[in-house]
Amino acid sequence: MNEQKQYCTFYLGNLFFGVDVLKVQEVILFQDMTHVPLSSPSVSGLINLRGETVTAIDLRQRLELPSVELPEPPKNVIISAEGGTVSLLVDEIGDVIEPSEELLEAPPENLSGIAKDLITGVYKLNNNLMLVLDTERTVEFDAAIS
Amino acid sequence: MPDEDLQKELIRDLIIESVEGLDRYDQELLEFENDHDAERMNVIFRVIHTIKGTAGCLGLGRIEKVAHVGENLLSLLRDDKLKVHEGMISVLLSLSDALKEMLDTLENTESEGDKDYGELIAKLDALQNEDAEPQAETPETDDSQSFGLFEDEEEADEVSASADEEGTAFGFFDDEEEPQTEDTPESVQIEEAPVNQSEPTPTKAETPKAKKPTKPNCSGSSNVADSSIRVDVNHLDRMMNMVGELVLARNQIIVNSTNYDENALIKASQRLNLITTELQESVMKTRMQPIGNVWSKFPRIVRDVSSEIGKKVNLIMEGKETDLDRTIIEAIKDPLTHIIRNSIDHGIETPEKRIQEGKPEEGMLSLRAYHEGGQVIIEIMDDGAGIDIERVKSKAIEKNLITSSQGSNMTEREAMNLIFSPGFSTAAKVSNVSGRGVGMDVVKTNIEKIGGSIDLQTQIGQGTTLNIKIPLTLAIIPALIVNSSGERYAIPQVSLLELVRLEGPQAKSEIEDLYGSPVYRLRGKLLPIVFLDQQLKTRLEDTNDGFSDEDIVMNIIVLQADGRPFGLVVDQINDTEEIVVKPLGKQLKGISCFAGSTIMGDGKLALILDVLGLAQHSGVITDSDNRALLDDDKSESDIESRKQSMLLFNIGEDRRMALPLSLAARLEEFSEDQIENTGSQQVVQYRGQILPLIRVADHIQGINTSNEYEGKTPNTLQVIVYTENDRSIGLVVDNIRDIVDEEIVIQRESSTAGIKGCAVIQNKVSELLDAPEIIKSADPGFYASAC
Repeated sequence: MNEQKQYCTFYLGNLFFGVDVLKVQEVILFQDMTHVPLSSPSVSGLINLRGETVTAIDLRQRLELPSVELPEPPKNVIISAEGGTVSLLVDEIGDVIEPSEELLEAPPENLSGIAKDLITGVYKLNNNLMLVLDTERTVEFDAAIS
Repeated sequence: MPDEDLQKELIRDLIIESVEGLDRYDQELLEFENDHDAERMNVIFRVIHTIKGTAGCLGLGRIEKVAHVGENLLSLLRDDKLKVHEGMISVLLSLSDALKEMLDTLENTESEGDKDYGELIAKLDALQNEDAEPQAETPETDDSQSFGLFEDEEEADEVSASADEEGTAFGFFDDEEEPQTEDTPESVQIEEAPVNQSEPTPTKAETPKAKKPTKPNCSGSSNVADSSIRVDVNHLDRMMNMVGELVLARNQIIVNSTNYDENALIKASQRLNLITTELQESVMKTRMQPIGNVWSKFPRIVRDVSSEIGKKVNLIMEGKETDLDRTIIEAIKDPLTHIIRNSIDHGIETPEKRIQEGKPEEGMLSLRAYHEGGQVIIEIMDDGAGIDIERVKSKAIEKNLITSSQGSNMTEREAMNLIFSPGFSTAAKVSNVSGRGVGMDVVKTNIEKIGGSIDLQTQIGQGTTLNIKIPLTLAIIPALIVNSSGERYAIPQVSLLELVRLEGPQAKSEIEDLYGSPVYRLRGKLLPIVFLDQQLKTRLEDTNDGFSDEDIVMNIIVLQADGRPFGLVVDQINDTEEIVVKPLGKQLKGISCFAGSTIMGDGKLALILDVLGLAQHSGVITDSDNRALLDDDKSESDIESRKQSMLLFNIGEDRRMALPLSLAARLEEFSEDQIENTGSQQVVQYRGQILPLIRVADHIQGINTSNEYEGKTPNTLQVIVYTENDRSIGLVVDNIRDIVDEEIVIQRESSTAGIKGCAVIQNKVSELLDAPEIIKSADPGFYASAC
């Protein structure tokens, strides 16, 4: 029996995303951030996570989605990636779900732009689609702007 | 202590001592190969002898046996009965390998293992019997893998018997040396990590059935010998004292939290502050280790690698005593080893090729370590073939690391950095030593992990130089906290030279514009100015709105990057603080202006500025600057040598006077009522002596003092204490104003007695006081009696 994967889910606008729950260290509310000059818009700033410096990534920017005024401040999904701990800023947190493997499909061919690199699969859930985000690739970029 | 624990304890001591000893053994042996120094052979002999003795006591028969055979050979060498040759050194080195291997097995499995060292023993035996005729033998460390019969007690007895026959010392209380006691008076072993001994293993170390896999049980690198350091006992005592004080301070504060007393709290906090600082320094000192600890293994590696691939390499090491934090030393060990292997394998050519190219047959590999600006620089230089940039590019294209168009657009430096990309290797063929495509990228990541950087310079046919810069310590550094555009930044104190504050209307005009580059004249020299908000692109559009010229305050922080000063303008300068450095995430590594981040007292984060990165980013330092820099330095030192520190003061109402600072021993203030009269002279008691006073004004013509002194008798006298030949005299002046460093050119000789001449100091004409002349006229006895 292969173990079913669990996904921590969250929303960016209407899009529903999931990341491997084992990669998620914790989910916390919005934190005060220190802006990092000269960094790309994908980096929102730095947060103090119990004495450690964590880079907060604006996931909307990273996925090239338009920025919008949110009714509530974004939430932090803290990811423990290979290169260190990183926070992904998302609009809203969803449940942890365990979708059946049968629902998984490769991302459609017509997916374009950055999404093509970062989305590794799509779960066809009953009421919507869950996009599986590759956390390692999402947090791997050079934030320096030349 | 129960016997069992005692045995374990002793075995652990044996391992620590022996591993240390064997490192020394390797080193000394390699040195001995060159200089045949008899004293070295004594040390070498003693190491093996000690191991044999201690192992024997603890019933470790196999270790004892191998050590014994080695000892026999070494004793012949020591007594000059045999001549050493290269092959012999190789075998002796493999002896140390074998012993280390056994100790390793002993540590991990608590048994000596059952690997058969028969071949090695046979070789050692054979060497004993050979005569002085040199015989080339390849170093072969790989012994046969066959699982031999268990060595049992009988055999151990046999060995000890034979050892007794030889008349060599063996047993508990060997007077020649006793490893455990050797160092105890001044140093003690501290275990950093408790050694894993919790496994319920058979107690008798010799139980042959205790056959366990020989791989380390936990993380490979943290074995007993690596996890302990030597610390001065006095130092440890001092630390304990400080911890005691810390506890007291804590108690005070706890008491205070229940019945609040502000004064007591302030006092306690101050104490706490003091103790923490001291303790911090003390602990840091404990952790500091000379880099030589890592380097000591390199001669062996160089020898092994070079002989394996048939190259001749001379290793030069400088700066072994450079101190580094222990964790850093650990972290750079592997990268350095890799670089050295690489240099020998890829860099240095074969002897034939070197001769062809007119280089000395023996390749040179130099390691240099030194401190610079709060960092440690390690330089690894070889005089080998260098790196062919075109080949690097074509290789990278071949391996699909870059496209060919990328390749042709690359700068030399970018191309060089390809060497550090994963999956890259230029070795024409994969060898045992290097060329498997993993390597330099790992080296780079490891060094960057500890906040260091690596830089490569190469010249074809001339060699390659690798520069590794690593921080002295990772943890805590003093830094200046500044504000710019509403954010706080920390600037490491090491690169700070001075702070300049410009105020008022002239502030703006003092920053001059030189083809769009702002500069400031700092003591007559142009200082390039960098605006922090501009560089970080955080400048608010309306910075100058609402400020009148009077309000403007310019805070210039004079920093030094790569030996070149520049001024950084920030909005506000706060305090200096000790900050705990936290590394930045991987994504932000590419921003050269920041070195890390820190958490401030209020829990918010502040970025730490990387001064060098900032300077490069702003273009204050570029490669082309280097020449100018050199010229600059030279002229500066020329001026420096002519510069003099001058003490400026006033005499009378408006006479500006100057005196070389070197003539003034001290500056003092005396109140009028301290003055006593002895005969015609005014004196004061000063440091248990009588200091005669001379009112300078009275001895210079043209100063009318009378009504001034009558008018406003100053309560205090400002006195310049002039000392010559242990005799002092006080020169009373009216107002000591300043000390300046300036080049003094006497413009006009003076005919006035007591004045040497006039010079322009700080754009005003000042008179140079001729102190000896005045003293002579006022107190003729001063010089006379001195002679």
